[in-house]
Amino acid sequence: MSEAGTQIGVARARAGAVAPPAQRSARVDEAAIRAALADVPDPELPMLSVVDLGIVHRVEITSTDGAIRVEILPTFVGCPALEMIKASIVTRLAAFGRPVTVVATFEVPWTSDRISTAGHAALLAAGIAPPGASGDGHPGADLIALGPPVPCPHCGSRRTVLENAFGPTQCRTIRYCADCRQPFEAIKQV
Amino acid sequence: MTATASAPTTALAGLLLAVADDEFVIGFSDSEWTGIAPLLEEDVAMSSLAQDELGHAAALYGLLAELTGTDADAIAYDREPGAYRHCRLLDHGRGDWAMTIARRYLYDTADGVRLEAMVGGSWAPLADLAGKLAREERYHRMHAGAWLDRLARDGGEGRERVLAALAELAPDAATVFTPLPDEPALLEAGVLTASSAEMERRWRAGISPTFERLGLPMPPPARDPGRGRLDHGEAFRWLWSEFTMVRRSDPGATW
Repeated sequence: MSEAGTQIGVARARAGAVAPPAQRSARVDEAAIRAALADVPDPELPMLSVVDLGIVHRVEITSTDGAIRVEILPTFVGCPALEMIKASIVTRLAAFGRPVTVVATFEVPWTSDRISTAGHAALLAAGIAPPGASGDGHPGADLIALGPPVPCPHCGSRRTVLENAFGPTQCRTIRYCADCRQPFEAIKQV
Repeated sequence: MTATASAPTTALAGLLLAVADDEFVIGFSDSEWTGIAPLLEEDVAMSSLAQDELGHAAALYGLLAELTGTDADAIAYDREPGAYRHCRLLDHGRGDWAMTIARRYLYDTADGVRLEAMVGGSWAPLADLAGKLAREERYHRMHAGAWLDRLARDGGEGRERVLAALAELAPDAATVFTPLPDEPALLEAGVLTASSAEMERRWRAGISPTFERLGLPMPPPARDPGRGRLDHGEAFRWLWSEFTMVRRSDPGATW
């Protein structure tokens, strides 16, 4: 599962590396930068770009020197991939030929609701269950284990149970499907 | 980064240091289970919890370093044991599994109340971070709560051990709420939206239904409330020697 994900990520990264030279210095606006960021994979979930993951917050171009500033929202406060993500963004945006700064902010909390529809599909294809709604504002939000069932990414069954609220990375839990009898990973609802 | 108009840097620094040290010390304590937890799933869980807590500590030390113009790693690793300001609840050594669960339950529930009091605070860097931390800590509370329930309802050795652990922790259980020296300034500036006394009241109200349902004795008031973040004993000296070992082996090394 993770191997397939890595291959997708590598394919995406390669696609990014061969971006058309026309993009190099011609038109630089927020949309062009965001389009370029769609080539940058998340290191731990490489089937998702940083855009699909929903961590790209503000994108600004300084009016004085044209420098690019990107604000990102860490998925988890202690995410060890953060420095790698920053470096990947700087590398990708170097094609625009301007100074690039990437900073992390908690001004808006990243929540699992920020993963795009395309991101949900990419996770499913890689055998990882996408997150259900984070349950923000619900009084029972603390009772994660009693939340709505997470469908199995392999067979679609809703007869799945939480095996471990903690998984191989900070953003994943481990579940088990009672129908196809497969363990699977699911994105934590935060 | 600047302090708020009315909260002096020293008051903010004292708050950040206490909260960061709490997260740092419990994170390292959790990591002691990596490889030896009673179940494989718990090995994963405790390692992930440790990673969360050390990440939280790094973010808080980072705010403190920016505020005071110092280095986050130096704050985390270059102090003598007596200069740490974590609460004494975290000073009882790793202990057995029941001790780990009892400590985590008491700490996680208290930390949740404290985060709530910071989320609406007037100093945006801390209020924003606290909002994010609160989302992650829900998982920690669920984990500790599920295990406390399981051990306490076991009726046999599990219950005996959890009762023994709660008895040992009892005098220090409420030390998360040790008033900080500059608490009045933090309250006046709105950095904290509740006093330590009010937070402790909310914490007790929050955990008492669980303690009642499980037939466990509620923690008494802290034995020595004025010194709840001081006088760290032998167990912490040992942990400190472990987590500073690499750093001390080659001071100033770059990685």
